[in-house]
Amino acid sequence: MKIVVCVKHVPDATADRTFSEDGTTDREAVDSLLSELDEYAVEQALRLSESDADAEISFLTVGPDDARDALRKALAMGGDAAIHVSDEDIEGSDAFGTSLVLAKAIERHGFDLVLCGMASTDGSMGVLPALLAERLGVPAVTHLEELAIEDRTVTGRREGEGATVRIQGALPAVVSVTDRSGDARYPSFKGIMAAKKKPVETLGLSDLGIEAAQVGRAGARSAVDTATRRPPRAKGEIVADEGTGGIGLAAFLTTKKFI
Amino acid sequence: MAEILVLVDHVDGAVRKPTLELLTLARRLGEPSAVFLGPGADSATEVLGRYGARKVYVVDAPEVDEYLVTPAVDTLTQLAERTGPAAILLPSGPDGKEIAARVALRLGSGLITDAVDVTAGPEGPVTEQSAFAATYQVTAHVTQGVPVITVKPNAAAPEAAPADPVVEKQDVTFGPASHAVRVLSRTPRERGDRPELTEADVVVSGGRGVNGAENFALIERVADALGAAVGASRAAVDAGWYPHSHQVGQTGTQVSPQLYLAAGISGAIQHRAGMQTSKTIVAVNKDADAPIFELADHGVVGDLFAVLPQLVDEIERRRS
Repeated sequence: MKIVVCVKHVPDATADRTFSEDGTTDREAVDSLLSELDEYAVEQALRLSESDADAEISFLTVGPDDARDALRKALAMGGDAAIHVSDEDIEGSDAFGTSLVLAKAIERHGFDLVLCGMASTDGSMGVLPALLAERLGVPAVTHLEELAIEDRTVTGRREGEGATVRIQGALPAVVSVTDRSGDARYPSFKGIMAAKKKPVETLGLSDLGIEAAQVGRAGARSAVDTATRRPPRAKGEIVADEGTGGIGLAAFLTTKKFI
Repeated sequence: MAEILVLVDHVDGAVRKPTLELLTLARRLGEPSAVFLGPGADSATEVLGRYGARKVYVVDAPEVDEYLVTPAVDTLTQLAERTGPAAILLPSGPDGKEIAARVALRLGSGLITDAVDVTAGPEGPVTEQSAFAATYQVTAHVTQGVPVITVKPNAAAPEAAPADPVVEKQDVTFGPASHAVRVLSRTPRERGDRPELTEADVVVSGGRGVNGAENFALIERVADALGAAVGASRAAVDAGWYPHSHQVGQTGTQVSPQLYLAAGISGAIQHRAGMQTSKTIVAVNKDADAPIFELADHGVVGDLFAVLPQLVDEIERRRS
């Protein structure tokens, strides 16, 4: 089974992230790393490969030079090879541009299963798996907390709105998993050393037959008008409980008309 | 005025509150047309009309319940081609976002997800979103095709604007993608008597400091005293103290209630991302340095097992 795991290199979600003047994510201001939510997809791919001797796992990312760090992290966790699509014309792409690049790279590589996280921790739209499935013309078995593959059929549990849904689709397919699907492993020292020898292929737009105008800012279908830092919340009243903290809280809630 | 297509979120014809918010926002942009999939349209038409739907398009086909997401994609794409709407609004959430993305791709449209406000602008709808764990406010607009926008719950207060909707049954051709992912079973979550987390005006949440599943009974007592929904931090959910469907945070539910009470929650960024746009925030935590106090309008540094029972008693005393 040929598995492609899509990963994203994102600004550290625990740091103070900012926007550049042009309304895109400022990637200089804080350190970047493999998106935490993608680690769950990497983990599921590795688990699937443990019960399938023929499994071949490739990690795929699109982004500038340092996005390669996300691939190295994934390769340190396991897997066989990686593909890095990098082209300056891709900068500023929206989800449609990014999904086009990823879909073309996946088609070029070949696949039985595309695995994704539930969303990135920066843009956090959570639409990429659906867009990939739409572009690749395969089932989208998405937002799974639990999955199993048998006889080239994916079955999984999706925590939907107001209901738990069991869903099923045939391979080849796009599957996305949530942060409830199982804790991701830490790379071992041996894994980190082995990752250095694993092949990373670098591709540009021309390798994928994509015109510059289809992606990047030129191809984006929406535009940011303003990005402003939310004013800090006014400093509230913090009191130490000396036996009447609950009564004081009730008094505050009464002034705000919640009681 | 141009039509605005609004995808109705309902359970067997019982329309959920976010749909009423979408209809309210849609009236700022044009004339709302509700798109109702599945059985139960008869019981939904009255409330959809009360909130301003001029038309209700009904698609009641077996595919809608038997397959995931894609039947709604076929429906909205084909209705958009028939009616030429000025915008398409959907509820944010895993289903709504996937439907929206695929509809936008097929229509050659731009997409905006998780809007917290939508207003009419000179070049079509202007959206407001929260970004980077709600530390930023972003305004944006779609530059290509029919704007497709998913809207978060509580983006607007539902306002009635009674209309007498025309109900039109629509036939949709379901393509191969609509038969790709089969729904084997659907188990509705137990709702209980409390309001739903996403829709609640007041949310009372417990975290690591609650220290055990059995102690969540205290959080529930406070919630019931305030007519609130119950939330939980990721730490409390990961510890198995409260169900994941109640998790507030970046990867759980993002809430924006009038009042958020955080008990025993330190306020890690993962949690703040899910609640810091709440109007009023109060916190009880025994650690005076907990980051949650940076957000709190009123904070009590103390033992939640002393403060919360006293709070409940005082609420009851003030009400009696």
